[in-house]
Amino acid sequence: MDRVRVSFKKHVPLGLLFVTFVLLATIPFYVQPYLVILLTTIFMYIIITVSWAIFSGPTRYISLASAAFFGVGVYASAILGKTLPLPIVIAFGGLVSFILALFIGLLTLRLRGMYFIIFTFGVSELIRHSLLWWEANITGTVGRWVVVVDHTTVYYVMLIIFVMALLITYLIRRSRLGLALRSIGEYEESAAHIGINVTALKTITFAISAFFMGAAGAIMATRWTYIDPHIAFSPLFSFMPVLMAIFGGTGQIYGPVLGAAVLAYLEEILTTKFPYYYMLLFGIILIVVILFLPHGLVGLVQRWRKGGSKRQNANA
Amino acid sequence: MFVAILDVVIGGLIMGGIYSLIAVGLSLQYGVGRVLNISHGEFIMLGAFSTWSLYTIFGISPLVSLVICGPVMFIIGFLIHRALFQYLRGKSESIGAFADSSLLASFGLLFIIQNVALLLWKADIRGYSYLDSSVNILGAIFTANRLVALLFAVVISLAFYIFLTRTRLGKAIRAAAEDPATAQVMGVNIHRVLAICFGLGALMAGFAGPLISMMYEIQPTMGLEYTIIAIIVVVLGGLGSITGSLIGGFILGLIGSIVTYFDPGLSLIAYYVIFILLLLIRPTGIFGK
Amino acid sequence: MLMLEGKKVMKHFGGLVAVHNVDFGINQGEVVGLIGPNGAGKTTLFNLISGSLPTTAGEIRYKGEKITGLKPHQICKKGVARTFQSAQTFAGLTVFENALAASLFGKKRAISVPDAEREATELLEFVGLSTVGAVLARDLPIANQKRLEVARALATKPELLLFDEVMAGLNPAEVARAMELITKIRNKGITLFMIEHVMKAIMKVCDRIIVLHHGSKLAEGTPEEITTNKKVIEVYLGE
Repeated sequence: MDRVRVSFKKHVPLGLLFVTFVLLATIPFYVQPYLVILLTTIFMYIIITVSWAIFSGPTRYISLASAAFFGVGVYASAILGKTLPLPIVIAFGGLVSFILALFIGLLTLRLRGMYFIIFTFGVSELIRHSLLWWEANITGTVGRWVVVVDHTTVYYVMLIIFVMALLITYLIRRSRLGLALRSIGEYEESAAHIGINVTALKTITFAISAFFMGAAGAIMATRWTYIDPHIAFSPLFSFMPVLMAIFGGTGQIYGPVLGAAVLAYLEEILTTKFPYYYMLLFGIILIVVILFLPHGLVGLVQRWRKGGSKRQNANA
Repeated sequence: MFVAILDVVIGGLIMGGIYSLIAVGLSLQYGVGRVLNISHGEFIMLGAFSTWSLYTIFGISPLVSLVICGPVMFIIGFLIHRALFQYLRGKSESIGAFADSSLLASFGLLFIIQNVALLLWKADIRGYSYLDSSVNILGAIFTANRLVALLFAVVISLAFYIFLTRTRLGKAIRAAAEDPATAQVMGVNIHRVLAICFGLGALMAGFAGPLISMMYEIQPTMGLEYTIIAIIVVVLGGLGSITGSLIGGFILGLIGSIVTYFDPGLSLIAYYVIFILLLLIRPTGIFGK
Repeated sequence: MLMLEGKKVMKHFGGLVAVHNVDFGINQGEVVGLIGPNGAGKTTLFNLISGSLPTTAGEIRYKGEKITGLKPHQICKKGVARTFQSAQTFAGLTVFENALAASLFGKKRAISVPDAEREATELLEFVGLSTVGAVLARDLPIANQKRLEVARALATKPELLLFDEVMAGLNPAEVARAMELITKIRNKGITLFMIEHVMKAIMKVCDRIIVLHHGSKLAEGTPEEITTNKKVIEVYLGE
């Protein structure tokens, strides 16, 4: 992909990234299994959030279909896991989600704003309820068993998907596709008038974001071992990435990563110690962020940096 | 055969009455205030649970609770709008940005209210029996509470319709919905009208909650499903049309009743299918602009 | 050569007739004005030409080729560009990025990023915005936002340019500068079709003027013919 000069600065040195990656890659060797499992869950949220932000970040179309794409991957894994090797199952999970997203994307050509949001939610819920009805009435058994995979493998697969999703985010951002998507998000009609094929670009980006969600779903299913429509297509998988991305801030690549990491970790702690409080806390965090931190943690970091350079200039 | 039809039709009207109420509430909040209040169902849930508590602890009739819950919800809604959504409106750089941020804020409300309910009432399913004697209408059998619920729903809807068309405040609301800028120029206090509209939306939820609790079992997670149904009815009736929401509610209720007759598990699916088809083919709904 | 041709163009919105049976023709190199009272259907006509809205009936041809029914990005790539009544710049992007996006996507053939960057720089200079390249579009004063819209439209290398009230909201000095820019564009060989309310400018700059009223064509002719046309004077008090 080609490079486009962008107006925001990149401030994460390559060396730091490399060290972090090595750290994450070798963690299973010197850390408790419980932590590996925790990290896997956090990666799941990060992947869904980062993927969500690939499309919804620049275009400002809030998609609530994440549960559909994730769930499709989960079910692909459950259905195919017994007969196909793991890498194929994961690729398949991603691919089916990709196709579903293409289909949904082409359907929603004319829907914008609120209509798009409720439509994507409606589709997710329709899939969930239809599958539930199908299992209850046609096949007779609700839910399925999934082939078990050891937690270290699951961790590494998640890590790989995470790196890929982050890489794609970076590449798109710096490419002309990224500029086109941001133009669409700023003013879609103008974007169309300067030659951007809005429909095609929206749809393909939507599908790319779905691919990673599906892949993540496919591998997560093996962690849960038993899945049913409520687990696979839970509306929380649609709401959480939105919350996490807003909290982290969509202005920079690390925003969704940070937002998802913090909130996923918080959720883990809270659901074990104070299960009756985590929704309350998340709700308060969301409202506080909307009111006072519209650019999320990224905005906070940028303000702090500006304050730092101001202080430097004042002293110079 | 005739009894079956009567069963379905009256059953549909009963559900429709509730659907109309909650849809009108949401329509007011969205059509005028431009807030898609995804926590609407949580207000309904609060109304339902308050009624349950008042009945099981103090023996207060749900019909009396209705008169209490409605206004209380109105006040809560009004205050929330003033404190939260009005502030957001001032801070947003465009209508689109406000729509997004208010939707997200209402998500936050959903989480908070549902959690509060979980803390107060725990996660169990609750119910109580009130006016559950059977009434026979030409062969179709209904419990009295359902018929009373229908009666109240219709009366409230009618009263509200008269309010909107005959009173000064009602006309101000309709003016603000049509053309906020002009309305403001004509002397309508837009900020107060918007807050009142949001409060009225909560009022409808406050009325619907007790009625629902009379007929069904309730649990703290019940809210979202009602919010979705309200959204579907509003889209069906047409965004911005109160009449549309009223009529749409009854239409959806009837459809639900018909589908339930054949397979209860399919009713929600039927709603979603209708919803998606509407958005694809005629997003403006029946009466929308 | 006939650059743009409209035959019996109609647009209905339910019961409301916005554009009714309008015929028009624009020749290459011309500067044609489109005037009429508010609500006459001028912007709607532009929306029909640029593909923003579908026609209810009638045909629009660009260089002989039918463009009714095409999508805006397709029409843009053929060589038709437009600006909007309220400056619809990419508010959160920088001035440079606005122009760059148009350079990258607006032409029939894809071009490389370095070439697009060079073009964008040249264009910003052409319209006089080279000093504010790094400024966010939303932080520009209205006059500069309009210039940015012009730069963006020019970046797509159009042969026909539709200007929708470029001069609205400008003070007399800014209007004069805008007119200079229009002359510069005209000298580049680009055909101009412009909606305007600023009468002085229209009369000075246009070869021909079309007058719309209630969606129909009321009159058409040179500026002198239009200013002396009884029907036009009745309906539309000029300055």
